[in-house]
Amino acid sequence: MTDYSKTVSFHVNGQPVSCSVEPRMSLLDFLRDQMDLTGVHCGCEHGVCGACTVLVDGDAVRSCLMLTVQAEGHRIETIEGEAPTHSELSLIQDAFWEKHGLQCGFCTPGMILTARALLNRNSNPDRSEIREAISGNLCRCTGYLQIIESIELAAQWLSQSNRGTDSAGEKSNGGGA
Amino acid sequence: MTHSISSKEFRYIGRKSRSVEDRRFISGQAIFAGDIKRPGQKHVSVVASPYPAAKITNIDLSQARKQPGVIDIITGEQLVAATNQLATAVDTPNVKRWPLAVGQVRYTGEWVVAIVAESRAQAEDAAELVEIDYDPLDHVVDPERALETESPLVHPDHGSNVLLDRSFTWGDVDQDFKLADYRLSYRVKWGRSSTVPLETFAVTASWDSGTSVMDIWASIQMPKYADQIARALRLSASSIRVHYDVDVGGSYGVKRGLKQTVLVAELSRRIGKPVTFIEDRLQNMSGGDAHGPDRIFDVDLAYNNDGLMKSIRIRALDNAGAYAGRSPFQLGKPVGAIVGPYMIKSAAYHAQSVTTNITPQEAVRGFGQAPTNYAIEHGVDLVARALNMDRLELRRKNLIPSDAFPYKIPSGSTYDSGNFHGMLDKLMDTAGGWQEMLARRDALRGDGFLAGLGLSCCLEPSGGNSSFEPLLNPKNDTTTWMESCQLQVDALGGVIATISTTSSGQGHETLTSLAIAEILQLPPNIIRVARATSLTGHASNSPVGSRMAIMLGGAAAGAAEKIRGKFLEVAAFNMGVAVDDLLWRDGGAEVRKSPERRLDWDQLVHICHRNAHRLPPDMEPGISVVYTMQVPTGGALPDADGRIQMYPCYSFESHLVLVKMDPVICKPEIIDYHLGHDCGVVINPDIVRGMTLGGVAHGIGAALMERFEVDSAGQLKTVTFMDYPMPSSHEVPAVNIVNQITPSPLTCFGQKGSGESGYLGSPAAIANAVNDALAPLNLTFSELPMRMSDISDLVASGNSKGKIHDN
Repeated sequence: MTDYSKTVSFHVNGQPVSCSVEPRMSLLDFLRDQMDLTGVHCGCEHGVCGACTVLVDGDAVRSCLMLTVQAEGHRIETIEGEAPTHSELSLIQDAFWEKHGLQCGFCTPGMILTARALLNRNSNPDRSEIREAISGNLCRCTGYLQIIESIELAAQWLSQSNRGTDSAGEKSNGGGA
Repeated sequence: MTHSISSKEFRYIGRKSRSVEDRRFISGQAIFAGDIKRPGQKHVSVVASPYPAAKITNIDLSQARKQPGVIDIITGEQLVAATNQLATAVDTPNVKRWPLAVGQVRYTGEWVVAIVAESRAQAEDAAELVEIDYDPLDHVVDPERALETESPLVHPDHGSNVLLDRSFTWGDVDQDFKLADYRLSYRVKWGRSSTVPLETFAVTASWDSGTSVMDIWASIQMPKYADQIARALRLSASSIRVHYDVDVGGSYGVKRGLKQTVLVAELSRRIGKPVTFIEDRLQNMSGGDAHGPDRIFDVDLAYNNDGLMKSIRIRALDNAGAYAGRSPFQLGKPVGAIVGPYMIKSAAYHAQSVTTNITPQEAVRGFGQAPTNYAIEHGVDLVARALNMDRLELRRKNLIPSDAFPYKIPSGSTYDSGNFHGMLDKLMDTAGGWQEMLARRDALRGDGFLAGLGLSCCLEPSGGNSSFEPLLNPKNDTTTWMESCQLQVDALGGVIATISTTSSGQGHETLTSLAIAEILQLPPNIIRVARATSLTGHASNSPVGSRMAIMLGGAAAGAAEKIRGKFLEVAAFNMGVAVDDLLWRDGGAEVRKSPERRLDWDQLVHICHRNAHRLPPDMEPGISVVYTMQVPTGGALPDADGRIQMYPCYSFESHLVLVKMDPVICKPEIIDYHLGHDCGVVINPDIVRGMTLGGVAHGIGAALMERFEVDSAGQLKTVTFMDYPMPSSHEVPAVNIVNQITPSPLTCFGQKGSGESGYLGSPAAIANAVNDALAPLNLTFSELPMRMSDISDLVASGNSKGKIHDN
């Protein structure tokens, strides 16, 4: 059989990645199957549910609608890169925990990354802006309200912290359980 | 454990605490079934039927077999040779079913061939080269047509399309109708929707011929799953090891997965490798058999001029789809709340389930209760309209008063506790008053909108005593419906609670740890909640029927009481006092009259683990107990008239919804939503609130948006998220929940169930709000979902219904 594989290079969670992939391989499948980043979830595979959301150069993007070869030269971030280290949480993650902005957790990585993208460009969103930002991410468990409250709390915490919102640099020990 | 305590006495229950399971989800570390990786794992794709009914005349696998990576291909005939037919709920032995179609397809999307290959992509590539010849047959999709004698038969060997046809009469219904001042008759329809979890069904099975064990990791929420898999695979249950530590990405009832599991398990047994199948969205929507109830109600209500409702007759015709499965039982659970929260003294119920050539149904949140609640509440509004009586006043007149509990309804269930009037008062106070809400509605009408105020009063039967099984299947004598918790204390004093079920977002680890912490008076964070496998665990019936707060909470509390009892014995022995002289406080035992004489937790643990010389004679060393709990009030078979206690506990919810619509476009916009909720003692407020809000969101979907559409050619038209719209953050409003706590006398902390809350009353209230908006036009909408286009068509047609009731 003809080998149509292409070599691509990009960054995932800050680390350089260079690999040979089939042109048809979605970024979703690549991240899950080749990089074991199983926090990226496959919900509908046609770009509606948002469970597969990742950040591409800081913007929330559906990895099921993006081919791996299209990632050439871009910076990809997944939920696994959201916290400074594996034993810490970002403030957004911690806010989701505090407000129980989740139930089954399947939409949660996509929601948190969508919230990250929102807060990166708007550090003090109102409710309607939050609703608009997450309207492309379906959740079947929560009815969204505790997710919205989580993002509000994250914005409040971020505004109180001295750190910027343009990186995952802020820390939380995730305590309080 | 029949005491109830006021929430003030609790240390941990009812207070804010973070959910212990959330940590792994927010960090992307949860392990869902699709994340399971096993050495040598292979992947499955399936080929589905394009016909609603057809004979399979030939299957040509020659091209597919030649594709790279293909390992094995299986058809229905091969499954028949190797496995038993899948279990069904009702007694229909000739409605046979295997994971793949056998000789004939019965719905579009039914799986016919399964391919296992090195990768999913290779399996999909090969699936495209499978050639199947079909000889189309006549089909039927409409449930009423399926009942006609000349209708095509979905299962000719069964002899008809009727899966279930049972009639019950509880009380003197005919006499009550004769004596009543009025009666009205109406038809409402509940369209086929589902909870549609974001995670499709996923399963990995791995057969180990060295140990004769089939390991299974699956996204399940299914009672007796391991047993059913074992029977189908012709294995002993001790050869099935279901791993309950798999996180489930949403279920709300539908993640049953019997056919998917048997399919991959048999493939694994054939090739000797782990085999994974993850439904894609198309497979999930069309062939995953995860659709919900699809029901026509014909209801007669008898009532008097003063508004008192005297009797009700309900005929429910449910379209089960192409196979029986468990779905006909969804007609049974509503028997336990067949008169809703009202003092209706007699009831008749005719339950029919028919099979048609559409995707089979599965259990959905509430197990048939939400449609029934909608049917009842629609009628209550019709009575109010017919009598020109205020809807709130009418409900108040008919609601069971708080001093009447425990209250036995005609169909045999006793409602454990309730304060429905109190809940309504509190709800109206919070909402600013019923009259004020009506005034707001009228102001909107004055501004030119169609505006409506909807109210519903509904019950959430909880506790999951599945008495509908013996009620609807006389060959089923199940009266045991248990849940277990194993509790160990390690030598360092840590507590390990082992539960034997998967969870799909309900927070069972938090529930378990709080219940144990409360009894032992220890901080919840020293309690580790572990998940067993089906080989190491204990009896569980999984989180169905809003049962886990009652049953898992009860089992965990019961296990903790056993540990406490053992420690008190140890303390009494060591301090030379009687057990009755001791008090348990802060995780230790102390003498009531001289609290300075005390053995702390660590000391008691040390004695049990290290000091055999200090243990009472004949006491087992170590600290390990199992508590298995039977459902409160369970244990009886139905009487000759079909009376039976269905579920033990009854949560109450009342929804108040203000809707406005543009008079031409008719898109219902929810502008105010208040929900009064009483599920007894709340164990974790954030979890209960979250599930209730999520239930409302499901209700909004069922009421206004979601429906699986099948055309007359039998084609399912809603197979993606593009054509099956679901509520997004734009469609779900900020719901204001008003809590009331009326403890159950039947449970350890006074808790009731809440897993189906919100969903059980929201479709009814939203429908009533839209109908109130249409009332000035003398229009009534009697089918869910009420989509924008449906409403605008009705308004445009201007159909007048005329008078509502007959004298």
